Amino acid sequence: MIWDKKYECMDREQLRGLQSERLVKVVQRVYDQVPFYRQLFEQEGIEPTDIKGVEDISKLPFTTKDALRDNYPFGLFAEPMNKIVRLHASSGTTGKPIVVGYTQKDLNTWAELIARIVSQAGVTEEDVVQICFGYGLFTGGFGLHYGLEKVGTTIIPASVGNTRRQIMLMEDFGTTVLVSTPSYALYMAEVIQESGIDLDRLKMRIGLFGAEPWSESMREQIQAKWGITATDNYGLSEIIGPGVSGECLEFKGLHISEDHFIPEIIDPVTGESLGFGQEGELVFTTLTKEGFPVIRYRTKDISILWDDVCACGRTTARMKKVTGRTDDMMIIRGVNVFPSQIESVLMEVKGLAPIYQIIVDRKGHLDNIEVQVEMEKEMFTGSFRDLEAMENKIRGKLNTVLSIDVRVKLVEPKTIQRSEGKAKRVIDKRQI
Amino acid sequence: MKVNQLSVFLENKSGRLARVTKVLGENNINIRALSIADTTDFGILRIIVSQPKEAYNILRSEGFVVTETDVIAVCIPDKPGGLGQVLEVLEKQSVNIEYLYAFVGNTSTKNALVVFRVEDCDKAVEVLKSNGIQVVDEEKVYQL
Repeated sequence: MIWDKKYECMDREQLRGLQSERLVKVVQRVYDQVPFYRQLFEQEGIEPTDIKGVEDISKLPFTTKDALRDNYPFGLFAEPMNKIVRLHASSGTTGKPIVVGYTQKDLNTWAELIARIVSQAGVTEEDVVQICFGYGLFTGGFGLHYGLEKVGTTIIPASVGNTRRQIMLMEDFGTTVLVSTPSYALYMAEVIQESGIDLDRLKMRIGLFGAEPWSESMREQIQAKWGITATDNYGLSEIIGPGVSGECLEFKGLHISEDHFIPEIIDPVTGESLGFGQEGELVFTTLTKEGFPVIRYRTKDISILWDDVCACGRTTARMKKVTGRTDDMMIIRGVNVFPSQIESVLMEVKGLAPIYQIIVDRKGHLDNIEVQVEMEKEMFTGSFRDLEAMENKIRGKLNTVLSIDVRVKLVEPKTIQRSEGKAKRVIDKRQI
Repeated sequence: MKVNQLSVFLENKSGRLARVTKVLGENNINIRALSIADTTDFGILRIIVSQPKEAYNILRSEGFVVTETDVIAVCIPDKPGGLGQVLEVLEKQSVNIEYLYAFVGNTSTKNALVVFRVEDCDKAVEVLKSNGIQVVDEEKVYQL
């Protein structure tokens, strides 16, 4: 179902008008309210009045993660603290976290956006939704929560951890929708299989997955293991959190709520704007955020934008499922390698959802990749020949896909660390 | 006539073999025959034990990747040319041997036991028997 026909199915010309009007306002607002932006615009020689509509967006400078970090904690807020009713923050794995603030209106908008994406994934008020996202500074838990509440679903705020208990709740409460990271969904399926619970006894029908890049083949695995429709949704706390975009059941990309965010694709190296259908880095400008507006925020996520009308009836632009980031891209002997590429190969060869880890090391002047794959019972016939054949097959396919030689190492079960949140796939030991 | 052998996938790191034997020992399971082969990264431990089913379940529940494989145990006179004779019989009937390992079950009988993993167990048993070679009953092997 379409939650908000007016905006989700808006005529594209009309939408452009709305975006232009909102862009002009937000540019003026950040110039007036946020010293960082005033300074940045002045540096670039831009007056807010230079921006007359969406067509002028490429005149604006980018906002980078560093700028957000440098202004820690509240430097980029465009409203006084008494108007800010909620704070969230990124995990801050690489130093200080990024703090974002929401006004009451921002929270309402956020819930609306979530209502849109869960509705387009097929969730209705009849559903019982188990949210296995952390309820804390991370935007996943609370973000999904209020939107799902708006739709009228029954929510189980299970949060992360204690996997066996999660499964007990699913069985006893009759959960129909799972909200988690895709890697946690796979891990849970593993635990379910081990504990001998019959998946058919669960009522699960839809998965709303996000918070990390995942491949199409991983989707197939999740769908096969759980017997559900696995949908992707996308968001980042710097923009609003989850709810920036989500998949409809046509699976032709994720619909972006363009009345709130202007998406762009740029060349990650030159920063040059690319057109629809071209692959590059996603950039977002928030149009309606009060507490924490951002102009042309570089997400580091790699995607493609499409603007043709979707069969579901929505007219909003769609983005290709994010399967890689400019920062999880490894450059190995000059070749760009994404973990998602390796994952796809593993799925193809094993026919199973692999638990894997990529270890990058430098020996002498040469970079080496080792892909460690956990053995599963189904893969083991007891024969050396079969194991070697499998290693060779994986190596061969990786070589075809990546054009570099990769070492494949089969390891014992449960030796690779499991994650209840975002999976850590790459261990880079190189000291450069 | 088919003997249930367990194959265990082991990563090449210290303590893994010890762990298998410890687990089996704690559960009163006796190892009758053992062979281990390895590459740089991993090894395959092959064992014949007194209670194969229990051992399989225990090892699985301990998180090991285990699989059951049918092998045959052949009693070979412990004298020069003994093994050669058996191999010749199998070769003549085109029975492919994947691997084998030998052990001496009971020194007083002057016989050696050789465990064969072949592509077609039933055919091998038939071929061996019809050539007067003694294939040992599985229960006897478990209780050696």
